[in-house]
Amino acid sequence: MSKTNGETILNVQDLTMRFGGLVAVDELSFIARRGEITALIGPNGAGKTTVFNCITGFYRPSNGRIKISHESGTEFFLEKLPEFKIAARARVARTFQNIRLFAGMTALENLLVAQHNKLMVASGFTLLGIFGWPSYLSAERAAMERARFWLDRVGLLERADDPAGALAYGAQRRLEIARALCTEPALLCLDEPAAGLNPRETSELNKLLLGICRESSISILLIEHHMRVVMEISDHIVVLDYGKKIADGPPSLIHKDPKVIAAYLGVDEGEVA
Amino acid sequence: MTAPQESESAPSRSRIDIAGALKDAVVAALVAFGLFSLMLGLLSQGGPRGALTVTTRPGLLFSAVAVVFVGRLLVALIARNHLTLDFRRFFPAGLGHVSEILERYAGAALMLFALATPLLFYSNRYLLDLGILVLTYVMLGWGLNIVVGLAGLLDLGYVAFYAVGAYSYALLAQYFGLSFWICLPLAGILAAFWGILLGFPVLRLRGDYLAIVTLAFGEIIKMVLVNWASFTGGPNGIPGVPRPSFFGIPFTDTPQGFAATFGLEFTPTHRVVFLYYVILALALLTNFVTIRLRRLPIGRAWEALREDEIACRSLGINTTNTKLTAFAIGAMFGGFAGSFFATRQGFISPESFVFMESALVLAIVVLGGMGSQLGVAVAALAMIGGFEFFRQFEQFRMLVFGTAMVAIMVWRPRGLVATRTPSVFLKEKKIIPAVIIEEARQ
Repeated sequence: MSKTNGETILNVQDLTMRFGGLVAVDELSFIARRGEITALIGPNGAGKTTVFNCITGFYRPSNGRIKISHESGTEFFLEKLPEFKIAARARVARTFQNIRLFAGMTALENLLVAQHNKLMVASGFTLLGIFGWPSYLSAERAAMERARFWLDRVGLLERADDPAGALAYGAQRRLEIARALCTEPALLCLDEPAAGLNPRETSELNKLLLGICRESSISILLIEHHMRVVMEISDHIVVLDYGKKIADGPPSLIHKDPKVIAAYLGVDEGEVA
Repeated sequence: MTAPQESESAPSRSRIDIAGALKDAVVAALVAFGLFSLMLGLLSQGGPRGALTVTTRPGLLFSAVAVVFVGRLLVALIARNHLTLDFRRFFPAGLGHVSEILERYAGAALMLFALATPLLFYSNRYLLDLGILVLTYVMLGWGLNIVVGLAGLLDLGYVAFYAVGAYSYALLAQYFGLSFWICLPLAGILAAFWGILLGFPVLRLRGDYLAIVTLAFGEIIKMVLVNWASFTGGPNGIPGVPRPSFFGIPFTDTPQGFAATFGLEFTPTHRVVFLYYVILALALLTNFVTIRLRRLPIGRAWEALREDEIACRSLGINTTNTKLTAFAIGAMFGGFAGSFFATRQGFISPESFVFMESALVLAIVVLGGMGSQLGVAVAALAMIGGFEFFRQFEQFRMLVFGTAMVAIMVWRPRGLVATRTPSVFLKEKKIIPAVIIEEARQ
């Protein structure tokens, strides 16, 4: 564990997102700490995915600030960066609620695409790579090694040469996480990683996420409906309802919070259990 | 034409539904009678003094109606009783296996054949010219394959870059007296430059919108060539584009010419053979570069872009630059082919760069199977060669061409070679089947 754990990595301040007259996120402020798993929960339509899209640059927020601080001390204001720079420079990686893999490419190719920027530099922006320059070849070998490492980590090493589209649903979810990790993120944003998984796969996912967070010191921000995942692994929970924060704290406090229970009651009682 | 007679829920499969089929056929025959009674049944002819006379042709009319009746009856019997003639069932499986073998050996065989053609058909000027034409389209197909097949950007104006290449060479030769071998790279660079210029405004567009803008760009280039008469010669084109030399030695019947230098008897075939090998080398260069690029990060990013642009951006890929490079490199090869075209023809005019050319090259890429090098080469050979083959049936050429296109799209909807070969592998290279690619792009 690094000594800077516990510091703020992501600081969201007064984040507001309007779509015409609809206020999807209303002056939301919260922080995520380094080396922790922060969960963003709330009933359907509470604005969770909108917050994600603002953080990862897919939406430009109407108002507010999103600051990420790296261990090195560098800071980025994400609301100002285009999305590809958020992934490349601010080192925020994400997965999608509806899986977005490159289905016609193999699992290994998916992970190599994720290391595009590093490989582009190594290939001299293609000019050296086209002649098979040795420095590019060694960079490619390193990229393959990293891909192999993460494939092994998510239990897909055997399927490395199969097209991503041929994998089972749970395997696709894991591959998407591995792909995000190949970009070497400081903050990993997971949009409902347990959606559609069976109980066994869910507990494997829990183990995987805890492992990533504790061993690789990557901070995680996740949206999740499965309370089992949220309560078991998160260090910190932020609860949204109608775009506003209604609660914020460790799991032990959140699941007793009357406001949280009220927000969930009538939507889906089972989920707050 | 006929009122659709939906078979209400599938009838029991064992019993043959003759009554329904008969009803279908009668309806079709009635419609045919209504249509043909005027079109075939009556014939108006100018009489000897100019007066129109009408003759009735009951025999023709009734035989046409009978053909429709019988035809519809057969179709209805087949359709209603699930006697499906499902070509897809036995064709793709069989052809899929064949295409695997093809992938392995056909490339090498075609390559050897292409190398040997000038020797085999040395005395046949017509075949050599045809070979040059086919190779030009193979090169254009491979160039466009980078844009459409790999990066998934639908470009309907590829002929614009072909034109830029051709005019670059013709104009540079005319105004500055530069030789073909100096102009060739310049033409490629200029075409790439125009590719970037076109790329910038259209980068945010995808699919249909991109197609429309590139189509317009192709037309704009042609309009400029037609109307800027003082510079480009307008509709009259540029005559007397210099012929290529054998690295400085001209193909002329002079003491300094190619034949005299090498102690051969002069014949115009030398130049044709030389041109053949030039375009073969250019096409192979295109192929080589494409194959190398596919294994480099830029090539993988193109393919990823084709699969899912949003996911690309979430991985930190600058999609703008990635698209621009695809456009520029595709355009560069188009430019090379264009300047070759100019030196081969010796005369260029805007007439050579019409939309039909773009459509033909795009058809080659789509028929060949988007992203497949071998498929594109075979498609170019079949289309351009086939076009020439059917030249004697002048009026039926387009008919045959259209029928062939429909047939291929029915049997091989993703093109001749629909599978995808992965660019890297850990343990074993597994060809990705067409089904998965099809699903991925929906």
